[in-house]
Amino acid sequence: MAEITYRDALNQALAEEMERDESVFLLGEEVAEYDGAYKVSKGLLERFGDKRVVDTPISELGFTGLGVGAAMVGLRPVVEFMTFNFAFLAIDQLINSAAKMGSMSGGQVTAPMVLRGPSGAALQLGSQHSQACEAWYLHAPGLKVVTPGTPADAKGLLKTAIRDNDPVVFMESELLYNLKGEVPDGEEFLIPLGVADLKREGGDVSIITHGQMIHVALRAADQLAKKGLEADVLDLRSLRPLDVESILESVAKTNRAVCLEEGWSYGGVGAQVTSVLMEEAFDDLDAPVLRVTQADVPMPYNKRLEAWTKPNVARLVEACEKVCYV
Amino acid sequence: MTEGGSVSELSKKTRKNSLDKEKMIELLKRMLLYRRFEEKAGESYAIGKIGGFCHLHIGQEAVAAGCIAPLRKEDYVIGTYREHTQALAKGVAPEAVMAELYGKAPGTSGGLGGSMHIFGSDVGFMGGHGIVGGQLALALGIAWGIHYRGGDQVCVCFLGDAAVNQGAFHESLNMAAIWNLPVIYAVENNAYGMGTKFSRVSETEMSQKSASHGVPARIIDGQDVVSTYIDFTEIVEEVRQGAGPQFVDVQCYRFKGHSMSDPVSGTYRSKKEVEDKTENADPITTLADQMFDSALLTPEELKEMDMEAREIVRKAEAFAESAPEPDTKSLYDNVYSEINPNGRLFFDGRVI
Repeated sequence: MAEITYRDALNQALAEEMERDESVFLLGEEVAEYDGAYKVSKGLLERFGDKRVVDTPISELGFTGLGVGAAMVGLRPVVEFMTFNFAFLAIDQLINSAAKMGSMSGGQVTAPMVLRGPSGAALQLGSQHSQACEAWYLHAPGLKVVTPGTPADAKGLLKTAIRDNDPVVFMESELLYNLKGEVPDGEEFLIPLGVADLKREGGDVSIITHGQMIHVALRAADQLAKKGLEADVLDLRSLRPLDVESILESVAKTNRAVCLEEGWSYGGVGAQVTSVLMEEAFDDLDAPVLRVTQADVPMPYNKRLEAWTKPNVARLVEACEKVCYV
Repeated sequence: MTEGGSVSELSKKTRKNSLDKEKMIELLKRMLLYRRFEEKAGESYAIGKIGGFCHLHIGQEAVAAGCIAPLRKEDYVIGTYREHTQALAKGVAPEAVMAELYGKAPGTSGGLGGSMHIFGSDVGFMGGHGIVGGQLALALGIAWGIHYRGGDQVCVCFLGDAAVNQGAFHESLNMAAIWNLPVIYAVENNAYGMGTKFSRVSETEMSQKSASHGVPARIIDGQDVVSTYIDFTEIVEEVRQGAGPQFVDVQCYRFKGHSMSDPVSGTYRSKKEVEDKTENADPITTLADQMFDSALLTPEELKEMDMEAREIVRKAEAFAESAPEPDTKSLYDNVYSEINPNGRLFFDGRVI
């Protein structure tokens, strides 16, 4: 097992899957000659050539549609968004084309593809370049949504997403690209979609989270431990399919849950998880489920205010203590 | 009536001016089928057998026949929500299209697609798409797929005149041009985007729209099926041989309203204009008259062909009428093509 960065883990996943399957190709802005805006595609142009690693114009709607159309005739495109902030220009193709293709064609045509790039808050980039975007895509049946938070998860989940037969929205994080971690060797290292990972085990409260927020959760769990509270940190990893079983299992044990996410609260991931808990774990709960989210405002530029709007360790610790009535 | 860019210059030298009798009869039969099919769809809509939006192609049959007849089975066609006859033209069975309009199980999408989403992937008909301009980017990807595999197919993408004002039009033409993709963007230019005359929403002429992307443009008389067929045959062959993307202004006229819910004439176009076009520019009577004049067709033969078309449509309608409703369970069958063994994809709590 080697220790590599989240960025290199993604790069390995792409290279291995492109090597394995000739129908896989990568397209997006700056992915080829520039080696990727975040260097995720470094070296791939040289290795696979310009038909399989394709620099596009800045035309998100157009090149996303290109990906869907290519998938409709049997290719397996990996569409890179420089960030998911720019994917809003392509959301018609994601929702109206990719997500609905199978259903509206009666299963005649499908769109097996991966739409990937960084999502989530960065540092002082202001409102248009710093936001968590997963909730927009979770809403649409037909899409799968995956949010790896570690190098190993990044590699194993991207490989699985490329092999999946449906459109998978794969959300990385700018703040994680340099994160190092152990990644198992082997080209068949695959992590199935829909399987959450208990990143830390405790018995007192369940922190249910995903993506880069798992690191906030783990730090909060350390602080809670010092105060005598042991937290389960459940990393959902994939948001659709959602590992409901693991959520219920954790809450059956702890009887208390806090949902932590980077996005806004209204209609967010935590809202859905909370709903599942109300419907299916009501009798297990000893306290109302709480959510820790981004403040319901566009991301501000000012450093102090930016920090205030983000979900953080202190807010999470406070919420965990509240559901434990401490 | 061919004019315009560089491709047309080439075509003037090689262009045939007529077709043999057999081909003309084939085109006539095709157009009669499309006309009768759409008339039946209109009737069925009026009595509530077909619901939702229903955009008829009546008046524009020469476009479906003339642009699609030159294609091979393995070529691709992708279109808009005014696509019933284009699906028929590419080889989708009339029964399956009508059953889809009726929302029935043996319909092309099992009754879940409807009028705007007819598909026939086995014959290269890649769908009716409902968001103006969206299919242009999909066509780009289909053409990319051909290019990627080194095939010699072409992709014909139909769009309405109003779609050239969408960003998707410019993004798609630009990328098609830089990668020299085998796609033909065929504008069914019926002069009105719903109720808005093209000249009110565009400062430039249709034939200028592709110029900034370096995509050659050509104007075709889409009410004349012979000329449409001849021109399109040539364009398709050029693209097959590597000429790259083409932009074709297929000038045509819609005899009915934008959809079944809209008036045929009124605030945006006069009754007189529609009557004039219906009387003088009907693609079916235009071809039949040409053939009468050249003694290639008799009125009796025309009547017989028409009866054949009506019979095909009658059978399609009877099939659709008696076809079963889709199962409720089928709703969930193709939302995902792969249900992962782990995790949950549906959260509605519905039990079937």
